[in-house]
Amino acid sequence: MSTMTTSPAATAVPTRPVYRVTTRHVLRSEWTKLWSLRSTWITLGLGLVFLLAFGLISAARYRSNITSGQPLDPDFAGATAVGLSLFGTNFTQLALGVLGVLVAAGEYSTGMVRSTLAAVPRRLPVLWSKSAVFGLVALVVGVVGVFAAFLFGSAIFSGTPAAMTLSHPDVVRSLLGAGLYLGLIGVLGVALGALLRSVAGGISVLVAALMLIPGLISLLPKTWQADIGPYLPSNAGQSMFALTHDSTSLSPTAGLLVFLGWTALALAGAAARLVRSDA
Amino acid sequence: MIEAHQLTKRYGEKTAVDRLDFTVRPGAVTGFLGPNGAGKSTTMRLIVGLDAPTGGSVRVNGRHYARHTAPLQEVGVLLEAKSVHPGRSAYHHLLAQAQTHGIPRRRVDEVIELTGLQSVAKKRVGGFSLGMGQRLGIAAALLGDPATVMLDEPVNGLDPEGVLWIRNLLTELAADGRTVFVSSHLMSEMALVAEHLIVVGRGRLLADTTVDDLVRQAGGDTVQVATSDAARLRELLAGPGVEIAGHAGSEELQVTGLSARAIGLKAAEHGIALSELTARSVSLEEAFMDLTRDAVEYHGVTTGIDALGRAA
Repeated sequence: MSTMTTSPAATAVPTRPVYRVTTRHVLRSEWTKLWSLRSTWITLGLGLVFLLAFGLISAARYRSNITSGQPLDPDFAGATAVGLSLFGTNFTQLALGVLGVLVAAGEYSTGMVRSTLAAVPRRLPVLWSKSAVFGLVALVVGVVGVFAAFLFGSAIFSGTPAAMTLSHPDVVRSLLGAGLYLGLIGVLGVALGALLRSVAGGISVLVAALMLIPGLISLLPKTWQADIGPYLPSNAGQSMFALTHDSTSLSPTAGLLVFLGWTALALAGAAARLVRSDA
Repeated sequence: MIEAHQLTKRYGEKTAVDRLDFTVRPGAVTGFLGPNGAGKSTTMRLIVGLDAPTGGSVRVNGRHYARHTAPLQEVGVLLEAKSVHPGRSAYHHLLAQAQTHGIPRRRVDEVIELTGLQSVAKKRVGGFSLGMGQRLGIAAALLGDPATVMLDEPVNGLDPEGVLWIRNLLTELAADGRTVFVSSHLMSEMALVAEHLIVVGRGRLLADTTVDDLVRQAGGDTVQVATSDAARLRELLAGPGVEIAGHAGSEELQVTGLSARAIGLKAAEHGIALSELTARSVSLEEAFMDLTRDAVEYHGVTTGIDALGRAA
């Protein structure tokens, strides 16, 4: 060390404005970040289109089957307007989940995370804000899309055995459940993206959790399937918006709680990694 | 003000930063020099808390970076170029950064103007040249009007006009009383702007010094003299503070502690004919190379780090 004798005082530039990192500020920043990327608009648009298009297509197929006078397709046995118009959630959940992964893991793949964490070095507010902002957006897109798909579909279903209206008990509950499920899928995507810090890894785990594991579980002995099956993320999520449930599936409330549990688990993992490992 | 105390960072077996002790003071540009892989970038990442130190600590303006209520107001940092999402516009990148602190949009416009990015501010960063990317990074660093500005290799990729702009900016920031900490692996660049130098090699502190001291340490200014009567000249020049080197029997001497003029006069006085009289300044580049020779990361033959003894 050299022996400099500069006074350590006199650092501050006089009359500086007072800025502060607060939760509200970080939320606003994440809101700006979300909407300033083209991928957000495209993927959310796709999510809406999937909900509407696949809902209407399945409604139209059902109606043509009914009116053609041919024997009812076994797929349509016991079909309801709610079940058919929610067909698109299978695809929309992927769009929203993948966008969630992109929102979080995209920061790592691009290096943006260094800027983000330099501005918010306490780190955790970033994860909470990202989850909240994107979860809310996914929820709104989900609810709007689900109700729109149902209402447009109703016109097609009218006069068929599957027809239902919003006044039917459980219809609104089911539709809101589907919207909430899609919102939580968004949060799950963010959590997986932050946990794995890789777009490819996050998407793989998301697809595995929602689509592959339910298939693999059928390799297990029957009794195990019955014990484990309902608690898988995909099945618990389906229970959130199923009109009816039986002994092989959870009630909507139980489904919601289990799915919340999975989401919380992923978020906790993401939080632990965010705090502990170097960016 | 940046104070590092026994700062250490290990990645597995590899020690990137090894017990660094240094202080960067306000009001001057401090150059952070070292060959590639010396641990400069890692040190900067440690300062802003992107990496956690394995040992020791580093404080900025008296506190750990993360403990400040408005970190961007304390330290503005430009890290190795790519810390931006290429799909976002420069304006929105800066706006999102500003919003975390409640910094008004007006300030975003100000830094865009300051860095000359007006014409491309609304364009996606992915299409930026290296130089524009650096300007954007510097704009982000200045957002909070920070008391400490820390730039990692800021002149990389800039055109001559940009390099000049950075030099002036650094000098102005220091003149404002700010702490300015700038890394580079180019001594010649640092010599133009920096007053103080912190030199590292293989993660260790090699020197914490000023530009002038570094030259003196590296041997200072020597005068090369050649004469057929070397032995006699050697006797005549000898005195306190004078060092004379040269092989016995050789006509050449290297003299430190006397000016070329004094040597020439002395020789004339005694009728000694000189065939050469050359003042040789040790260039900063040489002094730097000398200091870091043994600490260069990627070297044909690796030797021990004996040069460490030279650390001031």
